[in-house]
Amino acid sequence: MTAVLQIAGAGKTYPGSPPVTALTDITLDIHEAERAAVLGPSGSGKSTLLHVAGTLERPDRGGVRIGGRDVSALSDAELSRVRARRLGFVFQQFHLIAHLDAVQNVALGLLYRGGPARARRAAAVDALDRVGLGHRLGHRPARLSGGERQRVAIARAVAGRPGLILADEPTGNLDSVAGQQIIELLAGLAADGTAVVVVTHDPAVAAAMDRRIVMQDGRIVADEAVS
Amino acid sequence: MIAPDLVLGGWRGLGARKLRTALSCLGIAIGIGAAVAVLGISASSKANLLAQLGAEGNLLTVGAGQAFDGSPAPLPLAAEPMIARIPPVESVTATGYVPGVTVRRTAAVPATDSGGISVLAAQPGLLGTLGGGVAAGTFLNAATARYPAVVLGAVAAQTLGIDRVRPDTQVYLAGRYFTVVGILRPVPLAPEIDEAALVGFPAADSLLGLGGRPTEIYLRAVPDQVQPVASVLPFTANPAQPEAVQVSLPSSILAARAAARSAFTGLFLGLGAVAVLVGGVGIGNIMVISVLERRAEIGLRRAVGATRWLVGLQFLVESLLLSALGGVAGAGIGAAATAAYAASAGQPAVVPPAGLAAGLGVALLTGVLAGVYPAARAARLPPAEALRA
Repeated sequence: MTAVLQIAGAGKTYPGSPPVTALTDITLDIHEAERAAVLGPSGSGKSTLLHVAGTLERPDRGGVRIGGRDVSALSDAELSRVRARRLGFVFQQFHLIAHLDAVQNVALGLLYRGGPARARRAAAVDALDRVGLGHRLGHRPARLSGGERQRVAIARAVAGRPGLILADEPTGNLDSVAGQQIIELLAGLAADGTAVVVVTHDPAVAAAMDRRIVMQDGRIVADEAVS
Repeated sequence: MIAPDLVLGGWRGLGARKLRTALSCLGIAIGIGAAVAVLGISASSKANLLAQLGAEGNLLTVGAGQAFDGSPAPLPLAAEPMIARIPPVESVTATGYVPGVTVRRTAAVPATDSGGISVLAAQPGLLGTLGGGVAAGTFLNAATARYPAVVLGAVAAQTLGIDRVRPDTQVYLAGRYFTVVGILRPVPLAPEIDEAALVGFPAADSLLGLGGRPTEIYLRAVPDQVQPVASVLPFTANPAQPEAVQVSLPSSILAARAAARSAFTGLFLGLGAVAVLVGGVGIGNIMVISVLERRAEIGLRRAVGATRWLVGLQFLVESLLLSALGGVAGAGIGAAATAAYAASAGQPAVVPPAGLAAGLGVALLTGVLAGVYPAARAARLPPAEALRA
């Protein structure tokens, strides 16, 4: 199996007095079509791990490889291209743009890959169909329910068919029914070979994943397959 | 990621905040509007003036002045034919002031109610030299110049309450009735004609006892010879008393008056510049606030692959769009104000294209300057920190 994400000996310390060590010696491989939940109490470094994995933050120590390519020495523009082509993000607060409708929000996820506007729009419509929102194309976020908003966000993350989806508490703002739909949607992505890493507090999310990574004080304290 | 996406994205963002967008543009719009209006009004006045001057400004006047001892020094009889012999003189005509004569509607009007109308003897060529025209009737000709016929200046006709010329239209002039044969249009270069009643030299001599002496001579010189002609005029007109001859260039007086009026142009342009500056600060301010408010959007854009440069460029484009909107609105306001002013003043409306282009250019430059700092802030924001907001 191919590793879509490899983190080797990564550490991250935020300067300040006293300095805060968010990650210590993290080593982790995520393979194609793998579904992993990252669990742990608040402040255990889960979000920092996700940001480091998503090239949104650089580790102070250790290396990160995305799709086999070492990203530690890449420039801002090259990192941006890696994010545009290989990664998809889903956030707890959805981060949809209020004045854009569903199709425009999803197409925004493809904007920085380039390509003609018409093709981006077609891919956005297709992605919304895949998350079951083909009937909500022209709706703005304010007219969508919380679950629908998160599905738009997932459509935005998968529209470019990236190898790895990184989700930060995707069900954190949703009721259990909407949350269950999101969990099924994320878990179903593996069928296309997409790997999914979900940072979560939600046991239902963890139960739907194949692998469970538990963090405490910036370290991985458990990493086990879920039977 | 190409330019249309940036502009379209910025446009949608501004469209979603219409009131804020309008208020942000206002300062620039007012400033550019004031500047364009001032330039337009000034250009319209100048166009009007040039139309009045016949563009050349080659009219000279020679007037009777005073001798050294202060006594009046009338021009000699030969002054006009002598001036006509100066080679660069294209045309020349004389008027003679008839002293102590009043013009009234009828004999029943008391002599003290002269209405300030003076009586001038004029030659048939007067209008040709001055570039004037008749509003009604005809001007004096070789025939009517011999008889008690009078042509009224525009103001004189108004004062007397005469606005049309009929065969029986008469005025009471020096103890007898003169037939009004014509009414003149205003003559901007020689306003003294507007307030005069004109009779022929032969009639002035025979009926009013003028004696043929001119008091004012009007001449047109070849345009590039105006100064040399002006310098020889005193000696030609009155060789015995050249110092008692007053030579003037009415078009230069009008031009100086216009220049004095345009001194205000600088003041208003300065005020416009201040408004544009304040407008630019306003746009910069709103863009800084926008960067703070849209941290999550910045983080999201970075996460989906926007480079620092593109995020900064996006905010710069929005700032530019705001200032361009303000500039276009201001140019429209300025052009409309110019048109309204010109219509009310009866002038041709002229909006100088260079002024419009400069206004838009200043607006865009302001937008760039106002947008640089917010754009740099947006670009420098670390993506992880932006997403945590």
